[in-house]
Amino acid sequence: MSANAKVIEMTNMVSEDGQGLMYEENLLWEKERSDHPGVDLPEPEGAALRIGVEARDADIGLPQVSEPQALRHFVKMSTWNYSIDHGFFPLGSCTMKHNPRLNEKLARLPGFAHIHPLQPASTVQGAFKVMHELQHWLAELTGLPGVCLSPAAGAHGELAGMMTIKRAHEHKGDTSRKIILAPDSSHGTNPATAVMCGFEVRAIPTKLDGRVTVDSFKEALYATCDKGSDIAGMMVTNPNTCGLFERDIVELADLLHKAGGYFYCDGANFNALVGKVRPGDFGVDVMHINLHKTFSTPHGGGGPGSGPICCTEELAQFMPVPTVIEEGGEFRLETEEDRPKTLGRLKGFHGQFGMHVRALAYMMSHGADGLKQVSEDAVLNANYILSQLKNDYHVPYEGPCMHECLITDKHQKEAGVTTLDLAKALCEHGYHPMTVYFPLVIPGTMLIEPTETESKDSIDRFISVMKGFAADVKAGDTEKFHGFPQSTPRRRLDEVKAARNPVLRWS
Amino acid sequence: MRYLPQTKNARSAMLKDIGVSSVDELFRDIPKQAFYKDGDNTLPNHKGELEVERIFGNFANENQAAPDGPFFLGAGVYYHHVPSTVDYIIQRSEYLTAYTPYQPEIAQGTLQMIFEFQTFVAQLTGQEVANASMYDGATSCAEAALMAMRVTKRNKVVLGNALHPDYREVLGSYMGNLGSDLAEGEPDDETACVIIQSPDFFGKPEAYEGWRKKCDETGALLVVVINEIVSLGLLPAPSMADIVCGEAQSVGLAMSFGGPHLGFFACREKFIRQMPGRLCGMTEDADGKRGFVLTLSTREQHIRREKATSNICTNQGLCALAFTVHMSLLGEDGFKRLARLNHEAAIRLADALAKVPGVKVVNESFFNEFVIELTKPSKDVVQALADRGIIAGYALEGNKLLVTATEMTKEDDVETFCENLAEVLA
Amino acid sequence: MSELKFTNEHECIMVDGDVAWVGITPYAQEALGDLVYVELPEVGKQVKKGEDFAVVESVKTAAEVYSPVDGEVIEANDNMPDDLALISKPVADGGWIAKIKISDPSQLEGLMDEAAYQDYLKTVD
Repeated sequence: MSANAKVIEMTNMVSEDGQGLMYEENLLWEKERSDHPGVDLPEPEGAALRIGVEARDADIGLPQVSEPQALRHFVKMSTWNYSIDHGFFPLGSCTMKHNPRLNEKLARLPGFAHIHPLQPASTVQGAFKVMHELQHWLAELTGLPGVCLSPAAGAHGELAGMMTIKRAHEHKGDTSRKIILAPDSSHGTNPATAVMCGFEVRAIPTKLDGRVTVDSFKEALYATCDKGSDIAGMMVTNPNTCGLFERDIVELADLLHKAGGYFYCDGANFNALVGKVRPGDFGVDVMHINLHKTFSTPHGGGGPGSGPICCTEELAQFMPVPTVIEEGGEFRLETEEDRPKTLGRLKGFHGQFGMHVRALAYMMSHGADGLKQVSEDAVLNANYILSQLKNDYHVPYEGPCMHECLITDKHQKEAGVTTLDLAKALCEHGYHPMTVYFPLVIPGTMLIEPTETESKDSIDRFISVMKGFAADVKAGDTEKFHGFPQSTPRRRLDEVKAARNPVLRWS
Repeated sequence: MRYLPQTKNARSAMLKDIGVSSVDELFRDIPKQAFYKDGDNTLPNHKGELEVERIFGNFANENQAAPDGPFFLGAGVYYHHVPSTVDYIIQRSEYLTAYTPYQPEIAQGTLQMIFEFQTFVAQLTGQEVANASMYDGATSCAEAALMAMRVTKRNKVVLGNALHPDYREVLGSYMGNLGSDLAEGEPDDETACVIIQSPDFFGKPEAYEGWRKKCDETGALLVVVINEIVSLGLLPAPSMADIVCGEAQSVGLAMSFGGPHLGFFACREKFIRQMPGRLCGMTEDADGKRGFVLTLSTREQHIRREKATSNICTNQGLCALAFTVHMSLLGEDGFKRLARLNHEAAIRLADALAKVPGVKVVNESFFNEFVIELTKPSKDVVQALADRGIIAGYALEGNKLLVTATEMTKEDDVETFCENLAEVLA
Repeated sequence: MSELKFTNEHECIMVDGDVAWVGITPYAQEALGDLVYVELPEVGKQVKKGEDFAVVESVKTAAEVYSPVDGEVIEANDNMPDDLALISKPVADGGWIAKIKISDPSQLEGLMDEAAYQDYLKTVD
């Protein structure tokens, strides 16, 4: 990978001539550098520098364009993106629901946007109240009283939760517990997180009906120690990644607790339960909540997320700092002195505060009654899709499902059309595909999560497109599937080329 | 209920098609004990937009925001001007409500933006490659330490100078979790990396040559942390580092009480397979047209599971967009000018404060923040000034105060600050 | 040259005196798809039977390559990262990933020969 070879590849500029409403747009560095930038700043006075080191005078190589050029650049590029505001986004396990604009407006109030995390507490009482209120809502909705808002995203919340468990064992002087049980269908972050905490992961097989059975759980729990006293805990997503509720969860949690382990629940699928069912009441000790899934903060093309954790009274003493506490009507951050057993700090400052504002605005808008309707509609919509597609696609596990349903390409694959082809066909037909090839436990999976913010009309259109694909495959009209998509800004991209010779920047 | 499109008719038709009589039948796998009973839920019911706006308006009004008065607080989070174009672009549906670009054919907008973001970060830091962003500066710094341990197969991290206290705490939690050592001072043969912040937490710009030499002698990696990315328009690029990470909130993002901000991560190309986080790469589509994809994803948790380089599965996509738009508006000349304006604002502040009785400017060199020493405990001074509507800075141990000036700092803000400080110290 | 041996994990081994040349079988290559990267072991690394010593990556997955025997890595195929097509060549003809000096030759006895491996593949699908 010599630098020269890359320069040659980089010259592959696109023509900026579009076609109809299909725009082309080059990189900023490929544009002529304008005489002046897109901001007008006053002339520096030329004071003698006091930086104590040599100044950076050489050309950095940054591009330079005027404001209208910059604006058009990003607007044109935006037209290449699919988003929830465009249409149905049935991405399983990701909960792509409507993102209310009220939340955006509120997060931008100067009293929230322009406050500094290290200001004196007396000048940010309103911000602390927002965080305190959000802690209260999350505690109530999960049935778990300890809430720490600081984790930056789901995986970060997971790390916070697992470190909390580790800390709890350490505090008891019990450092021999090294094993975390996790179903083989679990999200990839689960084992990655467990390993970051120095645990080993033992998989619980789920092949038979998509769930963990009491027998297979016991087998894993007692595999190396007849009382399970080498088990630190289990990581279970519930509803699980196959869209099913783990029916025996109370029994599993009891067995685990008797063995001295803690139950970590991945909250990715909380949209199936919110306002109706409380995880704390089915044995969960600690879980993270994705504010960007269940509580509608925007995904933003991949972040920022926010992944608060909620835990039992017992584990709350170990979770990360800070949280917001109230003392005689005054709000402040709790420190390590208030909670000496805490595992410490996992993120700079107090978490993704802007996301806290948005999530709380969403919760208050829906209220207890609205949130219950959210999970009911989400589950209803997923089951409706399952019922309408079950004759056209292979359904590995019997329903009812929760807020997402799982189908596979088993029937279509015999004719040479795979899950990937179907996903790309959806792109061609104006949809974002469902989650594909996840979970990994069975081949060719498609995980469909409609969310509650779709109408029956919108779901019916999706169903008819999916039925159309199945009918085409059945009729032998399969060739076209391999060429999809055709009408998108780019057709299938060569990922092998990208990975073999990585070009990660303009140069 | 304004966010719910389903009608009663639709719901009953769907239940009928599914073949159940009530929605509760669909929840039958869940144990009874876990359901809310009637009246259990103590949370209030739904509210209209106006009502919610009023509630939040009241919360917001209780805070003293930076535009409300003189503001001199920095310490890792900086109050800068953000052009209106930035906020317009990041509120466009196509960026705001898109998912991670796993389907590249319908996400080229996000992908090309990330490629541009990676290029900006690599250029500013003088590094060969950069990733698609991290949660924030503190976690980015912790991930840099973990990566250095993977690369060197060593277990000890050394802090070479004054690192931001929050970064240090986060680093301590991550390292403690793995049973690794965090030390101060000089590297030795067991050191995975030396971490240098520049400017350091007390505002002093750092020279890298000496640290580079010490790292070369011991085989440790040199990690440079940047808190205030605007400084890279005036201070030397840390191109001799192995990893440069930190916080880019200063370009494009509001302070937002500490988040969401924008961690960045850049390093030498030979380490790309050890890097945490997402990467966007250039490629071609089936017609031979240039396009972009997320690449080298086999390092990531969804494929490697327990062998992943990190458990991270998001970046700060929209924050990276805000940064990229703001950088494109600043351009080469604007970025460098902004850096000079910040430095000059700090010089003016330092000169004015030096004249206040009872104030001594500690730093000889600085970028846009520096330490002053007072005749009274800084914590009390900060509170006293806050009561007068002035956010004075970050109270360090004893009588020391860390103060910051940016392009936002007005002449009369400095005057007001100095007058009130003199009174408080008198 | 000696005959080829195979593991359940689809490693292909050529035994050359007390050295095992280890690569992956055509079946494994097919399952992975187009390779994009090979992570080689360090020369001198001590490996145990069943322990991973190299990684082969395609776009969608990364697979560990396991050592068929206890021993020491005495050579890694430095040409392979730049010429990924080598992986599909026979082990003896450039398709080896690493050469491992065998500590305990009796461990070779548990490995399959070509015919046994072909039978084994029928049970895998």
